[in-house]
Amino acid sequence: MEAPLLHFALVGTPNSGKTALFNALTGSRQKVANYPGVTVERKEGSFVTPSGRQVSLVDLPGTYSLRGRSPDEEITRDMVLGRTPGEAPPDLILCVADATNLRLTIRLLLELKNTGRPLLLVLNMFDIARRRGVSVDIEKLSQALGLPVTTSVAVRKNGTVELLRLADDLIANPMLPGPDHWRPLTAAELRATQREADRIIAATISLPARPDTWTARIDAVVLHPVAGLFILAFILFVMFQAVFAWAQPLMEILSSAFAALGAWVHDILPPGLLQSFLQNGVISGVGSVIVFLPQIMIIFLCILLLEDFGYMARAAFLMDRIMGGAGLHGRAFIPLLSSFACAIPGIMATRVIDNRRDRLTTILIAPLMTCSARIPVYTLIISAFIPDQQIGGWVNLRGLVMFGLYAAGIVSALAVSFLIKFFMWRDYEPAPFMLELPDYKLPRVRSIAIGVYTRAKMFLQRAGTTIFSMMIVIWFLASFPPPPAGAEGAAINYSLAAMIGRTLEPVLSPLGFNWQIAVALIPGMAAREVAVAALGTVYAIEGGKEAAEQIGQVLATKWSLATALSLLAWYIFAPQCASTLAVIRRETGSWRWMAVTFTYMLVLAYAASLVTYHVALALGAG
Amino acid sequence: MTLAPSNTPGPIPLGLARRGFSGTVQHIHATNAHSSLAASELESRLIELGFVEGARVEILHEGIVGRDPIAVRVENVTIAVRRREAMAIMVA
Repeated sequence: MEAPLLHFALVGTPNSGKTALFNALTGSRQKVANYPGVTVERKEGSFVTPSGRQVSLVDLPGTYSLRGRSPDEEITRDMVLGRTPGEAPPDLILCVADATNLRLTIRLLLELKNTGRPLLLVLNMFDIARRRGVSVDIEKLSQALGLPVTTSVAVRKNGTVELLRLADDLIANPMLPGPDHWRPLTAAELRATQREADRIIAATISLPARPDTWTARIDAVVLHPVAGLFILAFILFVMFQAVFAWAQPLMEILSSAFAALGAWVHDILPPGLLQSFLQNGVISGVGSVIVFLPQIMIIFLCILLLEDFGYMARAAFLMDRIMGGAGLHGRAFIPLLSSFACAIPGIMATRVIDNRRDRLTTILIAPLMTCSARIPVYTLIISAFIPDQQIGGWVNLRGLVMFGLYAAGIVSALAVSFLIKFFMWRDYEPAPFMLELPDYKLPRVRSIAIGVYTRAKMFLQRAGTTIFSMMIVIWFLASFPPPPAGAEGAAINYSLAAMIGRTLEPVLSPLGFNWQIAVALIPGMAAREVAVAALGTVYAIEGGKEAAEQIGQVLATKWSLATALSLLAWYIFAPQCASTLAVIRRETGSWRWMAVTFTYMLVLAYAASLVTYHVALALGAG
Repeated sequence: MTLAPSNTPGPIPLGLARRGFSGTVQHIHATNAHSSLAASELESRLIELGFVEGARVEILHEGIVGRDPIAVRVENVTIAVRRREAMAIMVA
């Protein structure tokens, strides 16, 4: 008979390297980050001990205590206490501590002991601690705490051998759960446990005289009130330049590869529906989206690097009061910065904000941050309409326009937040900002690579499923019904797509949008980047093979500059993403907030486009 | 443990101290801070971040707007906190 599955749980303070240990044990593809509270989802994995026992491991959100003051911390508390419905109480809790920084974890551990659950202390990052001159009397610490203690180096190969061996020992001779004495601690009790923790640390651990000098040196510059802000602005600026300029060569390679593939299909197939479907529907449609893979990988690379390095918490520190002016909490900076990659992880990351009103404001404005799905649309229009010039020798004009679009998103997000605070929550005091600034750590290539790879894979899967199926629908709408015999002009003018587009045209024509744009905007509701492919298909079917290969040049001849600028303005604001709306519905637990987000963004988009179009016309860009 | 020199007689709130200040926590007086948190909750959170009596603290950095927030070294951990909440931490 097979032995029953064992349930282990990882508990620890933020930045204890809990997630890194989780990855090391389970080989899971979860990202390792430095920002406190990045683990906001239930993460489960499994591993097999050296003796062959199957263990299910759950990675609980980081917390300093079991009081459960945010949704995240409540999850940790309820799981530890075995109160979560449908979850087995853990057979063993692995309490993970950063070995260089034990003070707060030992206090948490003393509180965990009250729950009566079998408990094991893992001193993680033991190599760094040893290098810094921290020496731990493990035997004595184990006696003082009354529980087994082991060490690990999560980011090294074989760094978990000791831990696995001890796990096997504990499986063979299980510790039995004791009675559950836990109740929320009062301030006096918290103080007493911290004193007890400090006493145990003094008796068993010798701390080095020298703290982490690198962190101090970097912070002296990076957290400087003036220089720090310039560095932050510079980092963001380089990120956006990188997204536009560095990705270009790779994108051109991908683009010509798809064009060649399309031409090849065109040559080997007889003219007809199948040829049109493969070349215009599949290859040019999906290809025009996949071309943006390099840009999306670069933006995720930047965000993961900053997170793993430990810079994100510093950015929150620098931005706290500045964002406070707009009614935002310093902690909102991380979710908002993640929203540059995608609003969905950004909105999920707002769970680290414990105040409900601060959290709602952040959720409402997160979709205004320029997500990576807008990049294809922006890039296409910018490269078609903005000349490729250098300004002052090193700033690329196109990169500058891109930066301007990002800036417009940020400024409008701050303005919306300010208005929300002013009109809805005027009487409300700001929630406190308290955040640990972790020591800097060199990002691990493997962890970054896994992160970027996961994101690239998700993007390609989207291209392969959502975008692909959308493209088929658009191709169908643009190709059927076929024009009547003897009809004049392009076939698409007789299609369903043209009928739909012309129905919407009266509403959108004040914005300078023609019916082709209207057709592209509808599937763009499912995913923004589809609009690019949709335009490609519409114009390709209208204009033939050449149009499919050179969509940008076709647009440049078909649209006025005013229309192009109007569409850019539309994309800054428009709620063009069904998944984001679904996540808002889930995270706020109400349809109302989803409807509010959708409506206000649509209104802003329409207004912004209307103004942009007419101002551009007045300036002679018609 | 060495007590850092301090020019002020008697404890002052950490929320009024400048960059470079170092000292030890004397006590937590949560009603001093006009925080949006209840006094008992604020006290608990400060303790959870290591602000207990006798802990060595040093202000390492200040923000640009109103020298707020501050980055405080508490023993061997760095904590960012706003001055409003730091008013509750009496130091000398």
